[in-house]
Amino acid sequence: MLIPLEHILIFSTLLFAIGVYGVLVRRNVVGILISIELILNSVNVNLIAFSRSNALDPVMGQVFAIFVITLAAVGATVGLAIVLALYRIKRTVYTDEINLLKW
Amino acid sequence: MLPILAKLFIYGVLFLSLVAALGVVLLPNIFHAALCLVGTLLGIAALYLALQAEFIAVVQVLLYVGAVMTLVIFAIMLTHRIGDMTIPQTNKQSLPACLALFAFVVLIGGLLLKTDWSILVGTGGSVASVNPPVDTFMLGKALLGEYVFPFEVVSVILIAGLIGAIVVARKD
Amino acid sequence: MVTLAYLIPLFPLLAFAFLIFFGKRFGDKSAWVAIGASLLSLILSTPFVMGAVQGQIFVHHFEWLRIGSALFLFGFSIDALSAMMLFVVTVVGTLIIIYSVGYMHGDPRFSRFFAYLSLFMASMLSLVLANSLLMLYISWELVGLCSYLLIGFWFEKPSAAAASKKAFITTRVGDIALFLGMLLLFFTTGTLELRNLNHEFLAPFASQSKVLTLAGLLIFGGAVGKSAQFPLHVWLPDAMEGPTPVSALIHAATMVAAGVYLVARSFGLITFFPDALLPIATIGTITAFMAAFIALTQTDIKRVLAYSTISQLGFMIAALGLKGYGAGTFHLMTHAFFKALLFLGAGSVIHGTGTQDIREMGGLWKKMPHTTFTFLIASLAIAGVPPLSGFWSKDEILVSAYESGMPIFYYLLSITATMTAFYMFRLVFLTFFGKPRKEFHVHESPAIMTIPLWLLAIGSALVGLPGSPWMNHFFQTFIEGSHGAEHAINLFVMGISVGLGAFGIVLAWLLYLVFPAVPEKLGAIFKPLYLASNRKLWFDELYQATVIRGWYALSSALAKFDLGVIDGLVNATGIGNLRLSDIQNWIDIHIVDGAVNGVGALTRGFSSALRKIQTGFVQNYLIISFIGALMLLFFELRK
Repeated sequence: MLIPLEHILIFSTLLFAIGVYGVLVRRNVVGILISIELILNSVNVNLIAFSRSNALDPVMGQVFAIFVITLAAVGATVGLAIVLALYRIKRTVYTDEINLLKW
Repeated sequence: MLPILAKLFIYGVLFLSLVAALGVVLLPNIFHAALCLVGTLLGIAALYLALQAEFIAVVQVLLYVGAVMTLVIFAIMLTHRIGDMTIPQTNKQSLPACLALFAFVVLIGGLLLKTDWSILVGTGGSVASVNPPVDTFMLGKALLGEYVFPFEVVSVILIAGLIGAIVVARKD
Repeated sequence: MVTLAYLIPLFPLLAFAFLIFFGKRFGDKSAWVAIGASLLSLILSTPFVMGAVQGQIFVHHFEWLRIGSALFLFGFSIDALSAMMLFVVTVVGTLIIIYSVGYMHGDPRFSRFFAYLSLFMASMLSLVLANSLLMLYISWELVGLCSYLLIGFWFEKPSAAAASKKAFITTRVGDIALFLGMLLLFFTTGTLELRNLNHEFLAPFASQSKVLTLAGLLIFGGAVGKSAQFPLHVWLPDAMEGPTPVSALIHAATMVAAGVYLVARSFGLITFFPDALLPIATIGTITAFMAAFIALTQTDIKRVLAYSTISQLGFMIAALGLKGYGAGTFHLMTHAFFKALLFLGAGSVIHGTGTQDIREMGGLWKKMPHTTFTFLIASLAIAGVPPLSGFWSKDEILVSAYESGMPIFYYLLSITATMTAFYMFRLVFLTFFGKPRKEFHVHESPAIMTIPLWLLAIGSALVGLPGSPWMNHFFQTFIEGSHGAEHAINLFVMGISVGLGAFGIVLAWLLYLVFPAVPEKLGAIFKPLYLASNRKLWFDELYQATVIRGWYALSSALAKFDLGVIDGLVNATGIGNLRLSDIQNWIDIHIVDGAVNGVGALTRGFSSALRKIQTGFVQNYLIISFIGALMLLFFELRK
């Protein structure tokens, strides 16, 4: 349990960077969605880590983590629903093949 | 002896989570990537346990590993042609993305290492022991007391998301 | 008691929510929901207007956001100006909604139309009541949205869909200016509250006059977009693709006047840093003159009215720019009445004949007596015939131009007033008098349309009186409050303006009723002038050729670089660097040569890099914005 705070923060930074990498390079929309989950989790790690420090009210960090998890679930649900609808129309899940809005 | 073992264990878990996270973004098979995400999420849940945030850990496992991942895998199954290995799974901007993210990590990491965290965590320089751990009772009181308004807002968003997802995904 | 004012915009909003969800089920009855809501707003706003007339100011707000030390208040403030707008919006709005029941009868999206109208009423009322620029901006965007929805109400027509997009995008240019102006104002003075825009509050910031002058001009830029001033006026004539009640309510009486309202609201800011006044007056005058000139030859009844609206808005803006605060706002009020009436009359004509081309009409007065008579009253009002409303307010504007010390404004505005009388009566004579040029099954509109016409006609005749010398310039002292000036009657200006108006009317009578063959010959003689006016001074073509064509060329060039974009970006930057080092090498040898080549190469490197950004590929945009965020982070940490 005795991990220095900055190690946890570096862990979450790396996790965030990996997630952003996934969002930037994955061609598959589902891949992008799960990379977004990585990003959200890195934020949660920070929130929990800081809630164990003097930075803020310890309850607040956890409450916010719960909110983030909930909203991530909503985001994933709606995102995947959109993926399904898109797949039905375009028969593809690759971002560079989806250019309905490009004119 | 025991604390050192525990420490090693936690660092091992963190390392494995990162490896799994790399798997999420690098593995060509999206199904494997999703499984790797499960690994990462479980590792993070273990970290939460180590930080004495038991409730969040349980929620993490239940919600993420249980519900969200089921959804993701469901979506993967529904949109076939994914297992096709001949299609490149990454686009052509991995090099610039790598460079940008490397710069990002260096920037933030440098900042993190330069900062003196002792104000936040006390002279021991480590997390824990500064605040008493938050138990589920306190969390519940906070959620339905001080944070009841955001709580309600989130529940409205949940319902809206639910309905929206059904409407969007429905076959008409 | 005061908090009741929150309910004023709330009722139409509720009506909107109700109609958008359940309107279809109620069919024709759904209109009554909208009418009821706006009537309630009208009744609720009466005590506030009355109170404001007696000099009261109603303010109520609560804390909304606190960002750092900056505090944003949510609430309303009703002073003389707000009360006047409140009066205009609720009265004219209610009458137009009632009129729409007849006009939109049988439309498949009947209830949707009233839902949009209610949403518009709600947002316009909250715009008028807003206590800070931020709230005003929110409502400002909302009325823009309603305008977009209603112009494109018949979206099956490609021209309507295109017009709605044009309106939305053109006004957006102004909105960005407004937003930048708000940011400048906020960062300089730390407030966005409208009541702070006075000389006492601004006095400590006198040293920052350049920034705040710019802020004032940018806020005025918002008005340029919304009130269709030169050079962003091109959207308003096309906006006539919408249903006619919409043209009357949004694109004549209220929303386009919001720009004038905004300028009047920030009058304290603009007059405290008076460098902004001259550009405002100039743009207003140019707009007034140009639009009146174009209106002379238009043949679509609604387009004539649209250009007339632009021209009248130019009058108001010019008045404000010439420090005629009372004159500009007074004209805003009278114009709302007679222009709404003109549009509704035109709507009645279109409803009866099924055409919008005035060359096909003629002699309608026998068959549409109510429409003809009310239209005539409105035309007399806009032409400035005493004692109708338009005379008093236009006269006030001409007086402020006359007294401004810059005679050019006075001359131009007087000529514009003559042209106004001329094109309005050209319209009247061609439409309602003479011989019918084409056979129509013309019928007078039903009572639900003619009754609002009559009520508005009474309004157009009478709303000018409070500003007349007969009532001791009551309106001006009311609106200008304590800082109002003395109001004397300028008999010279008054006489000239009556004379010019009469001249315009008589000229139209001679040309279009007595000698109907002459206009064509005149058009042939002054062909370049005629063409310039008829083709709307080629503004659309100009924008097509410059802005839009340029944009197309740019995007089609970009389309070729779909792949390898970021690589290209990196390479191009590398090339740019290489060239840069080349320059450094060269500067040692041939300083002048090297500099010239280097600048060229740098430009080329930069432009080829920029060219490749636009790919239509979402992850490219993402990585660019990520890199941008990273740079911001970097510079922020560098400090």
